[in-house]
Amino acid sequence: MADNILELRDVKTHFALHTGFLVKRRAGAVRAVDGVSLAVREGEVLGLVGESGCGKSTLARTILQLVPATGGSVLLSGRNLGTASRAELQACRGDLQMIFQDPYASLNPRMTVFAALAEPLRVHRICPPSEVRGRVHALMETVGLSPRLARKYPHEFSGGQRQRIAIARALALRPKVIVADEPVSALDVSIQAQILNLLSRLCREMNLTLIFIAHDLSVVRHISDRVAVMYLGKIVELGPAEEVIDRPRHPYTRALVSAIPVADPEVERGRQRIVLAGDPPSPIDPPAGCAFHPRCPHAVDRCRQAVPPLVPSGPGREAACVRLGEI
Amino acid sequence: MALLTVTDLRTTFHTRNGVYRAVDGVSFSVERGETLGIVGESGSGKSVTCYSIMGLVPQPPGRIEGGSAMFDGVDLLRCSPRQARSVRGKRISMIFQDPMTSLNPYLRISEQVIEPLLIHERISRKEALGRALAMMEAVGINDAARRIRFYPHEFSGGMRQRVMIAMALVTRPELLIADEPTTALDVTVQAQILDLIRREQRELGMAVMFVTHDLGVVAGLCDRVQVMYGGRIMETGDTLTLFRSPLHPYTRALQRSVPGLQPKGEELFTIPGSPPDPSKPAAGCGFAPRCAFAADACTKARPELELAAPGHAHACVRARAGEISVGA
Repeated sequence: MADNILELRDVKTHFALHTGFLVKRRAGAVRAVDGVSLAVREGEVLGLVGESGCGKSTLARTILQLVPATGGSVLLSGRNLGTASRAELQACRGDLQMIFQDPYASLNPRMTVFAALAEPLRVHRICPPSEVRGRVHALMETVGLSPRLARKYPHEFSGGQRQRIAIARALALRPKVIVADEPVSALDVSIQAQILNLLSRLCREMNLTLIFIAHDLSVVRHISDRVAVMYLGKIVELGPAEEVIDRPRHPYTRALVSAIPVADPEVERGRQRIVLAGDPPSPIDPPAGCAFHPRCPHAVDRCRQAVPPLVPSGPGREAACVRLGEI
Repeated sequence: MALLTVTDLRTTFHTRNGVYRAVDGVSFSVERGETLGIVGESGSGKSVTCYSIMGLVPQPPGRIEGGSAMFDGVDLLRCSPRQARSVRGKRISMIFQDPMTSLNPYLRISEQVIEPLLIHERISRKEALGRALAMMEAVGINDAARRIRFYPHEFSGGMRQRVMIAMALVTRPELLIADEPTTALDVTVQAQILDLIRREQRELGMAVMFVTHDLGVVAGLCDRVQVMYGGRIMETGDTLTLFRSPLHPYTRALQRSVPGLQPKGEELFTIPGSPPDPSKPAAGCGFAPRCAFAADACTKARPELELAAPGHAHACVRARAGEISVGA
């Protein structure tokens, strides 16, 4: 049984809001991530889905320690990253890498591919300077780019190729965990499939643990072993990807799944869609009780009173809804 | 008589790096009240087709090289600016992908929604505001009487898209051109907006040209679909037929790339290579270099769009000769 390589314990990331121009006063907080507990097993692909503003990107940044958690802890191989010293954190960074949505924004336009890929090798002293060249070329081949392109700049590549460069850069330090924040959302369908295949293959071959963030459920279903659904800073449902997406239990997951358009006109015309009213509420002033109750078709008084905890809802599954057995 | 008939539209962009053929000989028509889906990847020319019809292609660097777009007896590509203005925003409206950049951040929503009415109709400000308010309510903006005085930044993405739809529909257009209006939205909000477009279309009896890269959206919304690649139409037909029995290899490849339709755990189907360079037009079929069925004939002459069955046309020489079947 694989161990938990990454563990989140009641992680909270709140951003303080201030009013006043000269004298700043605290006026509440944006509860972007509000109590997430999650154990990620070594070698698994965990999909993280939710609408924009649900806190999935903030959670990714919190895991990487790019924004400090305001509560709870993030443990990588048992070590608490929140209390680690600068030097310890620096050492951990090699194990924990990130891929962003827009590879054009995350690659330095004035660095060649070679320079971009050699930089992490030099900073972290991965190999002697004489071997850097060979390592960079090997990395490029791993992600399906010809080493002949090493002297080119990011703008000379297409979107899919740029994402390959970003992946190569993340792989340079031989990380244990990669957090990919919407890595294929900006790509065309045919290119998207190429990048998904590449990520799947790399995970398998290098025994990588991947946290894959996306809003496209069909992409997540394909690539992930397990999936976590987030709503307003909290996980509302968690379980094996196919189970959760084919047989959702939480009313929010059901609505989300029913909103995905299916590329088959016969299915599409015959299906009943749960159309949610309105937008997600503000994370500054979340509704009392279950955050989903104002939009939930099954909400009753009980839902307004207490925040429902994640409870087992089937083999390997959890959901945060008090009416699970009733609906 | 079709509402809009586009014939051999050719739009190029003249840049320092050469001439880009964004739209390279596209012909189609839109009937009153129908929904036509235009599907394709980025760079396939689907947006530029719409921009050309609306007269929104910046010239230079853009240039309409030829063709015509007949709308109720007027050629939109050649008419006087005055004629174009009387159609644009009144009888044909357009909505865009990103509502934040297409709304003016300095103006209240009220000013922006009544603007087309004040320009196109002899109407008092008060009456215009009344109609704008009714339209805002129709597109599902709660508390419209108060929110009409808001600025764009006070709305969420989905709400901004509703405002833009209200702006487009307030003059009761006969044709709505929607350029990826739901691409930037969450799926739950996308479902709301698609419902809204469907409902308004029924009520106003308008035709819709819906540009998207998402085959799922097309399947649920459109009566007919046309698939574009490299500035040309590859296949067109009614939605059911095209999805059930595609004839062009590109349509099939696009369909097979959708992750949701593939068994989990297996390698996803991909189209090898990358889209064509629009500055180097191919002698033959634009898809030939990436096509699994390509033969010599494909690279020699450019295949024309021809009918295979009533209402179902495609541009593949090998499918026409009966040499290949790409069927689902």
